[in-house]
Order: sequence, then C-alpha cells, then structure tokens
Amino acid sequence: MSPLIKIENLSKSFGGVRALSSVNFEVLPGEVHALVGENGAGKSTLIKILMGVYHKDIGSIVIDGNEQEIRNPSKAKEIGLAAVYQDVMLARHLSVGENFFMGSLPLKGGLVDWNLVFKRADEFLAGLEIAVDSRHLVSELTIARQQLVAIAKVVWQGARLIIFDEPTALLTTAETDMLFEIIRRLSREGKSIVYISHRMEEIFSICDRVTVLKDGRYVATLPITETDKDQLVSLMVGRNLEEAFPSRHCRAAETILEVRHLSSARHFADISFSVSRGEIFGIYGLVGAGRTQLMHALFGADRYDSGEILLNGRPVRPRSPMNMIKRGFGLVCEDRKQQSLALPLDVRTNLNLVHRPQSTRFGFLRPEVEWETTSRFIRALNIKASSPYQKVSNLSGGNQQKVVIGKWLSIEPQILLFDEPTIGVDVGARLEIYNLLQKLVDGGKTILMISSYLPEVIAIADRILVMREGKSMGIIDHQDATEEKLLRMASGLEKSASASSEQATV
Amino acid sequence: MATAPLTKPESVRRQSRGSVLQRYGTEVTLASILIVLCIFLSFTSPVFLTSGNLSNLVKQSAINGIIALGMTVVIITGGIDLSVGSVVGLAGMIVGMLMTSGTPPLVAAIIAVIACFVVGVGNGIMIHEGGIAPFIATLGSMTMVRGLVQLLTNARTISGLPEAFLRFGNADYFGVPSQFWVWAILAVILTIMLNRTRFGRNVYAIGSSPEVARLSGISLRANLYFAYGISGLMAGIAGVVLTARVRMAAPTAGSTYELYAIAAAVIGGASLSGAQGTIMGSVLGALIMTTIASGGNLLGIDAFTLQIAIGALIVLAVWIDRIRKGRMAS
Repeated sequence: MSPLIKIENLSKSFGGVRALSSVNFEVLPGEVHALVGENGAGKSTLIKILMGVYHKDIGSIVIDGNEQEIRNPSKAKEIGLAAVYQDVMLARHLSVGENFFMGSLPLKGGLVDWNLVFKRADEFLAGLEIAVDSRHLVSELTIARQQLVAIAKVVWQGARLIIFDEPTALLTTAETDMLFEIIRRLSREGKSIVYISHRMEEIFSICDRVTVLKDGRYVATLPITETDKDQLVSLMVGRNLEEAFPSRHCRAAETILEVRHLSSARHFADISFSVSRGEIFGIYGLVGAGRTQLMHALFGADRYDSGEILLNGRPVRPRSPMNMIKRGFGLVCEDRKQQSLALPLDVRTNLNLVHRPQSTRFGFLRPEVEWETTSRFIRALNIKASSPYQKVSNLSGGNQQKVVIGKWLSIEPQILLFDEPTIGVDVGARLEIYNLLQKLVDGGKTILMISSYLPEVIAIADRILVMREGKSMGIIDHQDATEEKLLRMASGLEKSASASSEQATV
Repeated sequence: MATAPLTKPESVRRQSRGSVLQRYGTEVTLASILIVLCIFLSFTSPVFLTSGNLSNLVKQSAINGIIALGMTVVIITGGIDLSVGSVVGLAGMIVGMLMTSGTPPLVAAIIAVIACFVVGVGNGIMIHEGGIAPFIATLGSMTMVRGLVQLLTNARTISGLPEAFLRFGNADYFGVPSQFWVWAILAVILTIMLNRTRFGRNVYAIGSSPEVARLSGISLRANLYFAYGISGLMAGIAGVVLTARVRMAAPTAGSTYELYAIAAAVIGGASLSGAQGTIMGSVLGALIMTTIASGGNLLGIDAFTLQIAIGALIVLAVWIDRIRKGRMAS
C-alpha cells in the first residue's frame, strides 16, 4: 500500500535553534500512527508544519504521490489535513449544525434553510455513530462530545489525515472508549490518523505503528506489535546533552516548607513533601498531572480542600496571592502572557508591579526606588529592551521571562515557585535562567520548580516529586534520577518505594 | 544577582528621552488639534475670542470634563460606568433638597458628594462580588438612581436655592469661571493619583489583566471599589457644580451625560479594553468636543449637522489613534 503522506528529511530551525532535523515520517491510508517523544522532541513543530502554520526549511512532503508545499492553513485544509486539539476549536454559542455549515449555510428563498442544515448534519453524525443532536449548542455538550463533534466537523470538511494531539487529557475512561470507537471507525473507512499522546496504554490499545522523535530527530518507526512500553520509553530518552547545565551543589539545611496530605477534589490528592532552605525542589509529571494546581494552591491562587501547609514549622492557610506574597512567596506562572505579565504596560511598570513597603510612602510611589529597581534588574538579568518604556508585549519570550523573574526578585522572596521556568525561552536565555536559579539558592532562597522538560528537571533539581493524575508517585533524589526512571513513574509503569510507604501510612 | 552593584538611574532615563514624544503622542496630537481649531475659529468668527464666549465654553466643558475624569479611571480598569449621568441628577437632588430645608450649602454639597461616592462603590460591589459585567451593572444602577431621583422629587424641579450657593455658579476667580477651577484641581489630583500612587499603578495593572494583577498580589476588591467610587464622586461633584450653574436641580439633570463623558475619555486616548488612557487626554477630549459644538454654533452651522460632526469625531479620533499606535509598534 502506498502511503497517504510521506515526509522525508524535513528540517526546521527557529533563529539558529534546530527544532527538527532530517525527520522522516509516513502514514498509510487507514492507519493509526502514534507519534511519541518528550516535550521538545519536535512533535508540535512537525504538526504545525503539516497544518501550514510554520513553513519547512528543507525536506519534502509527498501526499498521494504528489509533492506539496503547505504554505498556509487553508492549503492544509484543501489537501485534507486536519488536527483536533485539546481545546476544541468550535463556535461554542452556535448549534452543532451551524458549526458544520459555517460559511456555507444553505439558503432557501434568501433565508437560511435550517431544516436542511440540521437534517444533513444529523445524517452525517449518525453515519459516524455519534449520538449528538445537531440542534444542540456546542456549549451544552460535554467536553468529550464536543471533541467528537470537532472530529465529525473535520471529516465533514473532507479531512483524510486527522491529527489528534493529546485528545484524552480531559476525558474520563468511558469517554476515552467512546473516542477510540470513533477513531477505529474512521480508520476502517480509510482515514489516516496521527495519534499524539503521553499515555502509553492508549498507544498500545489503538495504534498500528509508532514513530519516535527525540530532540528534533527521527529515532525509529516500529509496528506496535513488535515493541513494548519499556522499549518506547528508552527510545524517547537517553540523549546526548547539547545544553550545558550548571553543576549543582546543595547543602542540607532546616526545613522551610512542609506540605502534608494536601488534596483538592478535582486536581490532586494526598500530596506530601518537605523542602529545605536553599533547595531546588522539582515537580515532574505529564500534562494533566495536577502540578500547576498544586503550585497555585500553595500560592493562595487556587483553593484546596484538605491537608496542611507548614511554613517554618508553623501552619499557614494560603488565602490569596497577596497573603502569600507577604509571607515571602513569589510565583512565575506557566502562562506568561495570561498570568504573569501586564502586556500593554512597559518594562519598568512590570518590574515594579508587586508591591513592596519601601517602594511607596503614604501610598505615593517613590520614583527613585522604582528607577533603582528597574535599572538594577535590567542590568543584572541582562534584559534586552530598547528602553524601560518598551512595552513588554514587544519583547522576546526569554526577555519577557526575565522581566517576570525580576518582578519577583524585587520583593526579595524567600520561596520562589516556578511553573515551567524555561517554556518558550530560547537556549541562550535558558542557560542564563539556570545560572540565576543556582545563584538564588546559593543566596539562601528556596525554589520549587515544575518542569516537563526531563533534562532540565534532572540537572537542576535537588529532589524531584513525580506526579501522575493528581497523585504522588514518589520523590527521587538528584543522584538517583534518570530520564527513564522519571518517565516510567510519570507514565505509571513504576512507583518509588517512598510513594508506597507514604500511602501505607494514610 | 539581586545584590549587583547599583547603577545610576539617570543612565536609563537618558537613553529613553527620545521616546517622550511617543509616550505623550496622543496628548500632543489632541493639543495640536485644539490649537488649530481655536486659531481657525478666531479668524472665522469675531465672537470666538471674546471673554464672554471663552468663559461660556469653559463652563460647558467643565461639567462633562469633571465626569470624564472619573470615567477615565474606570475605563482604564477595563470597565465602564453608565450610571454617572443619573448620579449627576442624584447629587443635584440631594443638594437641592437639603438646602431648601435649611442645611448650609457646604454641608449639603459634602453630603451629596459622599452619597454619590457610595453609589459608585455600590457599582464596584456589583461588579466585583457579583461578577456582573460593568456595562450591565452600571446600566442597572443608572436606571435605579434615575428612578429614585424622580420618585423622591415627585419629578419636580427644585428651585429657590440659597443665594450663597448660586453665587458660586457665577463666580470668576482670577478671571476664570469657578467651574474651570474645580475641574482643573480635580484633574491635577487625579493625574497625581494615577501616575504617582500605588492605586494608580494598580488601576493600570487591573486593566491590562485582572488575573495578572491578582497573581501579583493586587487586591481587585479594594481597587475596583475605589475606582468606581471615584467615578461616582466625580459625577457627584459635577452634579453640584451643574446645579449651582443652572440655579436649580431638575430630576432629569445629567441624562445622557455618561455618553459625553465616555466620548471625552475615548477621544483622549482611553481604550475600552483597559490599561490605556490619561487624565490629560480626557481633559483635551472634553475641550475639543465643546469647542467644536460651540464653534459650529458661532459659524451658524445647525445643531443637527454638528451632532453628526461630533459623532464622526469620536470614531475618527479613535481610528487615527489606533493607526498611529499600530505604526509605532511595527
């Protein structure tokens, strides 16, 4: 059988950073093909090239025997490539039928022929055995049904290759089964499926073949029957490190923060750990493991239901971010643009966004203190801005992140929480951030760091808490941590001894 | 890292001096438009430059201008306050009723203005605690307050106000009408507030993203209450000043003023998506609107044509500002 799509020697760089180099990938008609790799392996870049969001540097994309240039998203749609994302791309306040016919509603006598819209949409959904009434608004459906509708919509639009990017992250087991049923049906009808997931069991239950990417390179393509979870994990990790991480040295010190049996109904359950002063404590896990919610709960930004938090041995109840900032906490969020930066405002304002007692007098700002802070951090963090008046929305990801870090350092926090400290940050700035973290702990500060990037969390953290679906899988010491071990724990293939003993005491 | 040697702030300030024109671009543009307008009118109309006309122009601008000050603060938070017109009426009613029943003018004015502040804080409570969109919350309070005023006055105009109070409405200080001084002093106070206080910083932060502000330890509650409170306060002061000028408190006083205040703030560079706008901009916006209206009057252009022109001006001003800022960003 000739492949529907065949990609050869595909390469893509972003400003000198290789995201993909010489990647090969093919999908047969009717095949369900898994694409696996760690964060940063190049999966999203590959998908975005196929969707026409990015344009390849070199390499060829052959579809049905014809070489294609996918210059823009509408070209991708034209050749029948479609992606279904976690956050469903439907107009939520319109009916399912309207979503199908968007832009081409059938008319009768100059008015929309609603009967025809819903009749044809219902027929189409029935053909895929999706039990949804097309008269319903999308927002009335569950997330899982919305996803099914989104799938139906891309099939309706003529998709021949459908890419699923972590489709089950928000679904229950029953809903996942429903999704798999549809995927199998589509494959029987000859549609090709690319399935991206961190969840090994799903890959083995639904996929025919699997392609492994690592650090932007092609590793292998294997029939699913000829491999197992252990082999895939070992193919995904074990890299040659191109990045230099600063060397770590940690001194044992008194416990500053202790978390006991912290639970939040929907996000995490029974999390316990303690962190010493001057430590970098890593939190690793896959998408949806509840790490961000845990960190936000510690910061007072999200609620938790039960459990105890002790700061310097005394119980605290985080009520609000303001409350925790006063206790010496700072939080660098994962979503920089939505949660950390005042985008329309300038560098100076952002660096001084968090209140410090010394920066105001009787409620009046003290410009000399603000300027001192501004110039100190622009210089110390090497923030590349045209002037302190430059809007932060115009800075690069790395410089934006430095502004966020500077904003928190200005208040001299005791405990800094980092959620994915180097997300969207280029390699050069990344190294600066690693060095900065090291300097901060050398100066007696304590750091909690969420990271999905294995080499980073292993190289930087003194100890690592591994989370999976809201539960603790154990805490690993720096010297025992390997990429393979962490990934196996996060995938539920292994549990550390400490995790089981902790659970036994509950 | 955090203890790196201090650098002189001057070095940072010096390198950015060239951007001053950029930062105050909106105000500079508006001031130029106003000056050109005035020059044009002084040549085309013999009456324009007379002190009588100018004083009239300032009196007309001041009421709208004072309301626009508070409106600007609210708009910078990313909100809007439609209740200000009704609050103008409320202030007039309170001050009128109190004075006709013997309360000294100053005491009556203070009570009226405090009541209006409370109405504003009420808007803040609905918006923050209830999570009601500012447009809807203040639409509701606009209607409620107007109804209250009609109810308590039996829809009758209050006149026969004490002479001491009315004198203020016609007073000139240093040759400039009293209304202007009120406006100018409030504008200076609010400019300092927005640029030099923690509250002002928080207002801009909330306008750029309430979530970022919250996670940076900024109290949305306190700052939103106060921002809407200021808007009510300004409308209240405008209501008292208006009552003194027109010598009576009509139950319909201030109707549709909210729209003029929004227009003045927006012409002055405030963005309804928040985090943008200045007090100076709103002052210039109010002056330009009145100058066009009264200038057109002097030139014998009929009122309806002028209305069309002012409507077009609102759209045009925002459009030009957008183009200018878009070019600056690229």
